[in-house]
Amino acid sequence: MSFNSLITNFAELEVGQHLYWQIGNIRIHGQVFLTSWILLGALLVFISLGTKKMENDPKGLQNLLEFLWDYIRDLSRTQIGEKVYRDWMPFIGTLFLFVFVSNWGGALIPWRLIKLPSGELGAPTADINTTIALALLVSLSYFYAGLSNKGWRYFEYYVHPTPIMLPFKILEDFTKPLSLSFRLFGNILADELVVSVLVFLVPLVLPIPVMFLGLFTSAIQALIFATLAAYYIGEAVEEHH
Amino acid sequence: MLAFSIFATEGGLFDINATLPLMAIQVVALTYLLNSLFFKPVGNVVEKRERYVSSNLKEAKNKLVEVEKLEADLLSQLQSARTEALKIVNEAEKDSDKLYQEAVELANNEANASKEKSRLEIESQTSSARKQLSDQADEISELIVNKLIQSK
Repeated sequence: MSFNSLITNFAELEVGQHLYWQIGNIRIHGQVFLTSWILLGALLVFISLGTKKMENDPKGLQNLLEFLWDYIRDLSRTQIGEKVYRDWMPFIGTLFLFVFVSNWGGALIPWRLIKLPSGELGAPTADINTTIALALLVSLSYFYAGLSNKGWRYFEYYVHPTPIMLPFKILEDFTKPLSLSFRLFGNILADELVVSVLVFLVPLVLPIPVMFLGLFTSAIQALIFATLAAYYIGEAVEEHH
Repeated sequence: MLAFSIFATEGGLFDINATLPLMAIQVVALTYLLNSLFFKPVGNVVEKRERYVSSNLKEAKNKLVEVEKLEADLLSQLQSARTEALKIVNEAEKDSDKLYQEAVELANNEANASKEKSRLEIESQTSSARKQLSDQADEISELIVNKLIQSK
């Protein structure tokens, strides 16, 4: 019996299968949108509850949201700098919250229990489309930030210490979104796969530490993504002397 | 069923399609939504509180400076009052000393005057007594002389 057929007999793992929705003549991955709508809906409900009655003396949910706000402000201020961090804080915060909620939602909610005709529900960030979309938004943002803050002088950045840097800096514009998207995609997909394979092989105690590790990785990936996005924007608006 | 088709024609891990731009639009919309629902209201509250705290802190610092100034002022006032009181006490002591000296002098003078007066009186009495005595002595001597003469 070959390895493949052995697996086929037991496994109910589905990798690279999608629930396709056909809209006109475009096809999209339905499961990604389904989970993202559920998770973002939960996030928005959570935020509306916390900001419903804002008081000067914060209590409960408002306290948590203020802590989150402060965390995001510190993150964007340290990376982008005092001058323009205000303009980019909502974007950095949205990236952080979106990635964090997607990662944790994918890891914590037993999506497997919901059966789909094809593919399965999971973290929206485990789909390459989502991560590339986020990474491209980051690329657009830092170009926009640089151009709107410094005008054409933004391109001095490409020859900054010496013109020798030009090809590397141009290459960086391609490697930045590539590394951003593949880092997030790879980490979250790998985590989901490891957990599913372990659950499939040893359904009892063994997957639990790996699940905790997955939660840790998920949080760290959200932080890394937001920090790098802020760093790229900060790099673009930084004044060279 | 394990379907591990990475580069399959239908599906696969790297199946990039219209999900990408739609997800990008969704994230941009989420950014605006979170900005108006979360970042702006929470930021307003937090920054209002930060301003309130910092202005109160500034006010308290100003008040502390004022209090310290007042305290120094009061201390200097206390110091000057103390020196003034000391001056007054010294003056009073000097005054009373002077009065005492004067009284003593007056008493001394009075005593001296009365002493002088009694001395003069004694002297005059002494001289008159002496004179009387010498008169009597003269008388007696005359008597003796007379007796001697008679007896001869």
